Amino acid sequence: MMRTLFALLLLSCLSSAHAALDPAALQALAGDDLDARNAAVVALALSADPQARVVLLALRDDALYTADGRVLVIDGEHLSDAASGASVAPAPDSPEPLTVNNLLRGQVGKALALGDLHSAEVRVRRAAAHELADAPPPAFAAIMHAVALAETDAETAALLRNAAAQAKLSSNDAAQRLAAVQELASSGDPAVAPLLRPFAEASDADPALRSAARAALAAINDRLYWGELLDRVFTGVSLGSILLLGALGLAITYGVMGVINMAHGEFLMIGAYSAYVTQGLFQRHWPAAQAWYLAAALPVSFLAAALVGVLLERLVIRHLYGRPLETLLASWGLSLILIQAARVLFGPQNVQVDNPGWMSGSLVLTPSLVLPWNRMLIIAFAIAVLVLTWALMQRTRLGLYVRAVTQNRPMAACVGVHTQRIDSLAFGLGAGIAGLGGVALSQISNVGPQMGQGYIVDAFMVVVLGGVGQLAGAVWAALGLGVAAKFLEGWTGAVIAKILVLVFVIVFIQKRPQGLFAQRGRHVEA
Amino acid sequence: MLPSRLPRQAPYALALLLLVPALHLWVPEGSPLHLSDFILTLTGKILCYAVVAVAMDLIWGFGGILSLGHGLFFALGGYAFGMYLMREIGHDGSYHADLPDFMVFLDWKTLPWYWQGSAHFAWAALLVVVVPAAVAAVFGFFAFRSRIRGVYFSIITQALTYAAMLLFFRNETGFGGNNGFTDFKRVLEFPITSPQTRSVLFVLSGLLLAGTLWLTAWLTRSRFGRVLAAVRDAESRAMFLGYRPQDYKLTAWVISAVLCGLAGALYVPQVGIINPGEMSPANSIEIAIWVAVGGRGTLIGPVLGAFIVNLAKTVFTSYFPDYWLFFLGALFVAVTLYLPEGVLGLAARVRAVRDRRAAAAGAPS
Repeated sequence: MMRTLFALLLLSCLSSAHAALDPAALQALAGDDLDARNAAVVALALSADPQARVVLLALRDDALYTADGRVLVIDGEHLSDAASGASVAPAPDSPEPLTVNNLLRGQVGKALALGDLHSAEVRVRRAAAHELADAPPPAFAAIMHAVALAETDAETAALLRNAAAQAKLSSNDAAQRLAAVQELASSGDPAVAPLLRPFAEASDADPALRSAARAALAAINDRLYWGELLDRVFTGVSLGSILLLGALGLAITYGVMGVINMAHGEFLMIGAYSAYVTQGLFQRHWPAAQAWYLAAALPVSFLAAALVGVLLERLVIRHLYGRPLETLLASWGLSLILIQAARVLFGPQNVQVDNPGWMSGSLVLTPSLVLPWNRMLIIAFAIAVLVLTWALMQRTRLGLYVRAVTQNRPMAACVGVHTQRIDSLAFGLGAGIAGLGGVALSQISNVGPQMGQGYIVDAFMVVVLGGVGQLAGAVWAALGLGVAAKFLEGWTGAVIAKILVLVFVIVFIQKRPQGLFAQRGRHVEA
Repeated sequence: MLPSRLPRQAPYALALLLLVPALHLWVPEGSPLHLSDFILTLTGKILCYAVVAVAMDLIWGFGGILSLGHGLFFALGGYAFGMYLMREIGHDGSYHADLPDFMVFLDWKTLPWYWQGSAHFAWAALLVVVVPAAVAAVFGFFAFRSRIRGVYFSIITQALTYAAMLLFFRNETGFGGNNGFTDFKRVLEFPITSPQTRSVLFVLSGLLLAGTLWLTAWLTRSRFGRVLAAVRDAESRAMFLGYRPQDYKLTAWVISAVLCGLAGALYVPQVGIINPGEMSPANSIEIAIWVAVGGRGTLIGPVLGAFIVNLAKTVFTSYFPDYWLFFLGALFVAVTLYLPEGVLGLAARVRAVRDRRAAAAGAPS
């Protein structure tokens, strides 16, 4: 690939490069004929002479003048000949500035961008590719194509391939156009569809081109459809992972203690506010490590939420075991107190929790499928929390005790499990996991006193749908609800989608009152 | 369960019910005995809440079903009557149009089908009863048939009212979206804010409460009420004895919903607004705390609870707004932890302790 590029560059050098720039071409630049000036800019862009770039920069900065039939670059006090770059010693009397209209300025920007494509910095190359993506001059096609082949950054390469094809599309050569149409067909960029449509619809175009354009449009629509589909699945999974973070802790507390904890959403809030406080501490004491405050926020949030959880369990929930309806009411009261406490401590407004730099930006798979990094990280985080929770429940002694208490509390007590301590620890664990969820939430949504309330109904739907005390059930229910909600949203809008999901859960519970994954065995209810 | 003492108190209650509007209407404004608009509306509002509390008590205290969605039925009744009140505005709205203002604002040309007939009081009154009853019947039929109970049922009812709230928040639903219905002018051609109309509405609310108490007392003492209590205490056993628990639950559930709807219909003209916020899960769960504070499974307890909590709310939100949620939260916790039978239970306990002390003191040493 590098070889092709080199050959092409060599070719362009041979065609237009001399020891210095052609003064005649520069004269065209200084002339009145707009087409000729445009052509001159393009020629400068294609020239391999370093002086060409100097001239283009000067043109952009309005530093190009004419005097005595020569074109001069005036940089402050320093004058130089535009063609050779040599200094001009006696300054001419009255140099006249070259006027640059918007059209020409745009052309100059593209010409400079073409040069920037060879920059060592990805950022510069990407910016250049973006500049060129919109109506690139046809003459740049070959270079852009060649650079695209050698480009290591996927986003830049995709942009350039498109730009090259677009450029070829306006060429006069039928074969070139056909090739361009085929190239665009494979790009899948929805933005090129309007470019192809005239060719697909024009009756006078040659039939081969027309059918190729039609095929290309069909291919793009196809890709667009898949891109959107995948995008929905992704946002659905992303929503599901958030629901899961909210519901995992609930699944544990409800599973172990049969306690419906209405204050669970407030543990999310505590986690999110812990992240906010950690961010503030970093800002004040370790500004250098600011980007990594999130890593510190995780344990802080877990501990803060878990601590509050254990405290509430000891003070209130413990005294209400076996009275689920009373627990529900008492925990609702606790949630009101926690919300108001947050309001008094941090004010009723939402607080700002920043995305660290390494979480912003997104991964562009195809033009229609853009995955933001923060959402992907949250999915990964949810998976990590899930795996940790699973390991804790299945592979540690604490998990064993928790499961023992879940299955048969009196029997577990008989064989020496300290059930009350297990209750406290399990409740703290559930709260802590919610706290971790709160950190994740702080990265993608508002952090305010009421934030937990928005998730509590959804989290309950997940637990109810998944079946009580089931990690696997919670996982499937969370993902299912997330994806279903996002797909419905596409068809019906967000509110109706939410209502439909709630109605679905209500209907589903009619059929399977024990949830997706009912615990096997015979239960006799009192 | 405490025996009901309703009949003995009834004359006093009735006297009070007539005294309040009398003090508002016929005592001149400067007099210390005059009751202001604010007090009259507040008390009338709480009377409606008390009806809801008794209705809640019927299914929770006597039937063992905790609903976290009773605000939905209350709001449905309110919306059904609100439609009538909106039509009564006639051409006096800000747009002076045939349609209610919010429809003009949405650029609707004709009334949606479900608004047909809403200009007639009788039709509106019918809707007030039928709509909550129908929603409750359909939901209850499926829920009780699938033997959803306990916390599951509570959570599903919460989801129900939450979904309804989202639905009513939409402008396209045709009930005024966020703002709901407001700016009412008349009810049955009487100006809605006149002292006379307010007084009549107040007395009607009081009568509705009396009727609700009478109905609940009759129901719970009848054979039906005893089976309902049996289902509450041991559903499987009641079933094995040959009763169909779902029928008893469904009946109580629908009656409760209708009572809530009626209360909502009287509430809306008194406060002058109904919006989807009434359907928020928080509102519904607050109903449960009225009942819990007063005393579940009693008749007068929920009425007491509704008055205690709502008067406290009025005091707190006007004087210490920052502490209201702390107080309410603490109330939830304290009542469930320390007052499982509410203030009536507390009173009974205090009496029992005093009687024991008296007995001990009176006993020969």
